[in-house]
Amino acid sequence: MEMVKLTINGKEVEVPAGTTILNAAEQAGFSIPRLCYMEGLSSVGACRLCVVEVKGARALVASCAAAVAPGMEVQTHSPSVMEARRMILDLLIANHPLDCLTCEKSGECSLAEYCYEYGVKESTFKGEKHNYPIETSNPFIVRDMNKCILCGKCVRACSEITGQDTIDFAYRGFNSKVIPFYDEELVESNCVFCGQCVSVCPTGALTEKQMAGKGRRWELTKVKTTCPFCGTGCNFDLCVKDGKLIGVASNPSAPVNGRALCIKGRFGWDFVNNEKRLTTPLIKKEGKFEEASWDEALTLIANSLKEIKNKYGPNSFAALSSARCTNEENYLVQKFTRAVMGTNNVDHCART
Amino acid sequence: MTNSINEITTDAQLMLLIGTNTTEAHPVIGYKMRQAKRNGAKLIVVDPRRIDLAEEADYWLRIKSGTDIPFLNGLMHIILKEGLHDKNFVETRCENFEALESTVKNYTPDYVSKLTGISEEDLYAVARLYATTDRAMIFYTLGITEHICGTQNVMSIANLAMLTGHLGRPGTGVNPIRGQNNVQGACDMGALPNVFSGYQPVINEEARKKFEKAWGVSLPDKVGLMIPQMFDAANSGEVKAMYILGENPVLTDPNSNHIRKGLDKLEFLVVQELFLTETAEYADVILPAASFAETNGTFTSTERRVQRVRKAIEPVPGQTNWQTIMAMSAKMGYPMEYNSPEEIWNEMASLSPAMAGINYERLEAKGMQWPCPSLDHPGTPCLHGTSFSRGKGLFQGIDHIPPQEMPDEEYPFLLNTGRILQHYNVTTPYSTGIQSMWSEEYSEFNPADAAKLGVETGDKIKVTSRRGSITARIKVTDRVPPGMLWMSFHYAESPTNAITSEGLDPITKTGEYKVCAVRIEKA
Repeated sequence: MEMVKLTINGKEVEVPAGTTILNAAEQAGFSIPRLCYMEGLSSVGACRLCVVEVKGARALVASCAAAVAPGMEVQTHSPSVMEARRMILDLLIANHPLDCLTCEKSGECSLAEYCYEYGVKESTFKGEKHNYPIETSNPFIVRDMNKCILCGKCVRACSEITGQDTIDFAYRGFNSKVIPFYDEELVESNCVFCGQCVSVCPTGALTEKQMAGKGRRWELTKVKTTCPFCGTGCNFDLCVKDGKLIGVASNPSAPVNGRALCIKGRFGWDFVNNEKRLTTPLIKKEGKFEEASWDEALTLIANSLKEIKNKYGPNSFAALSSARCTNEENYLVQKFTRAVMGTNNVDHCART
Repeated sequence: MTNSINEITTDAQLMLLIGTNTTEAHPVIGYKMRQAKRNGAKLIVVDPRRIDLAEEADYWLRIKSGTDIPFLNGLMHIILKEGLHDKNFVETRCENFEALESTVKNYTPDYVSKLTGISEEDLYAVARLYATTDRAMIFYTLGITEHICGTQNVMSIANLAMLTGHLGRPGTGVNPIRGQNNVQGACDMGALPNVFSGYQPVINEEARKKFEKAWGVSLPDKVGLMIPQMFDAANSGEVKAMYILGENPVLTDPNSNHIRKGLDKLEFLVVQELFLTETAEYADVILPAASFAETNGTFTSTERRVQRVRKAIEPVPGQTNWQTIMAMSAKMGYPMEYNSPEEIWNEMASLSPAMAGINYERLEAKGMQWPCPSLDHPGTPCLHGTSFSRGKGLFQGIDHIPPQEMPDEEYPFLLNTGRILQHYNVTTPYSTGIQSMWSEEYSEFNPADAAKLGVETGDKIKVTSRRGSITARIKVTDRVPPGMLWMSFHYAESPTNAITSEGLDPITKTGEYKVCAVRIEKA
């Protein structure tokens, strides 16, 4: 592999040819702010927040889209770079609602983080602001286009991860906007509600409806687990607040799916909280189910199974295990069937 | 899967999909297929329905339902005729080639085209493309297995992959994408009537002795009953008691009236479930189950990857399922003493050579793919590198086996069934958001048939087979060919499996969910 030597903030760095300045800086331990760049999506250099100073270059360079060159001298936080970033943030918030107190993304908003880092409190530009209606007509994704900074990550995620191409930029200039076809709502579009767009959005423009009002981002405990629906084996984080499951978030370290999920994995988890969940054992008495204690139910089961086994033999019992349950649960069901009931009558729905 | 999911985007030059609606049933794998296609890989879709990926495919072959064997034989006929097979692979890695050769000789393009409805031109093009592409992956799901000839369908796919040397290397392989999150794992764990964990046969004395010693009991040496046989035995009175964990056969198994009758006849039924399901209604005792979010453990995905499941919240019923099974066992006089799922895994791994090298610590980062026989083994992303499990790959000469029940004058439409994107079997109807948008069945019906019957999208129809009648709304769409009705099985109000076929693959006992004959009327 061809290697390239350059210096970043005076530090000598060697990286493979073709590496972007942003990634080279990252490897050298310098973090560069970015809003439109994300690993796994194509680089478009749209937000310009990642600009750096390259000695000899005519202007500041978008580090997410520019490759390193031999002998390059890069400054990631020079005064002119800092000034440019402040100006970019100033321009971005000129037309961005500053309702951060109640914004769902608060705590995970990249725009807010960078404004904090660069000391941009309010915009020096006073002008027209968008007043788009907030789209809440589907049960999964809230779209507040007033908070959109046109970084385009949602457009690329929809196209490059899901391959659905539901949304794209439309209109021009101040009126530029990310829309589904005909600027209709998502429910009218070919959207598959995979929520990839929500998972990459750096601001409060796209948020999970199910999580609205359920907790601030910094209050959530995230537990990495494996999806309980199909056999792909996607990983994601379960978001928990005060012992209650409130949502699912992508975990980019997932070995198979990365950030990608589908409607079921990202939004179908709420069956866990369904009020129809069974919470206590039930025993049928005269055709009606009555609540029972665990001990009562398990005693009845043990007595009945013992009696039937004694009367009719072990093969009068059969167990149906579950392709939805864990390996450990399945192992115990077959062990119970074989070792305790004395039969190999155990199966699960692999064949049905 | 013989190979791994990520090879779709990193290695495959061609994807041949047969009987898999991947973007709906396994969406994240479907995304990867689209990405690969858009990066230059070829995509061939063989499906009677115009599924989403058909729109992007280089070739979409609208195969007639139940003609997979002639189609695959037809491809092999052309490949052999044109000498495009991998002679070296066939000679060194396989045996019984003559049987295959003499069978596929009869499957001329002309004959196959008539049976399958696929043009000769497309048969030639696809056969050449698949055979001459270096790294080609075949994917299939239940469109292949849910036929009375499911086993033969799978063997035909294996024939094709072996004939062309598309096995044992990254970006190749025979890749069934498995349905449920842990259907692979449930098999691996021995929740099957013929094997212990790690596919060790119960009739093998050595294996049985090993488990007898570990478990301290004597174990039965006869193969047990498969699900359909269990319900037959319940109906005939041989099976008297059942324990059903996390399954709803009344809604998901074929010919559900037979299931209901069987459950009704049992003397004692225990169901452990999240919800009061149609199956649980028949129980004498219902035990509340804990969900995936409430337990520690592992699932094994379709690519044989064992991954951690981690407890995020306390179990809603107060205890997890493994604890319940232990308590039940203790009451029966056989205490199981595990303090955690990890201890259960460790016992299983110590008894199962294929998984012996996997433990929770090694699973932490990215999970592991079995076979993994020892702690220094890295796991196996791609199977059959230098030899097959049995040594040489065995070609089988396989002839066409038509579906058990085809449309006739009385029942003129073919009913095909499957999953839709938004639902997963019978759990997602308990998701408030999903259910609010997709709350009832919309069966797919071709515009030409709809015009004849005088029905439009949203109208209700009555669907009758020899097993019974159900009603459902329809969606008029050319996704289905004329003569076909396609239904999902997610909705209790339109219990599709009340009318599906009694036909079973005699080897696997898998139901023929994909083909039966029905009559359709306005409801």
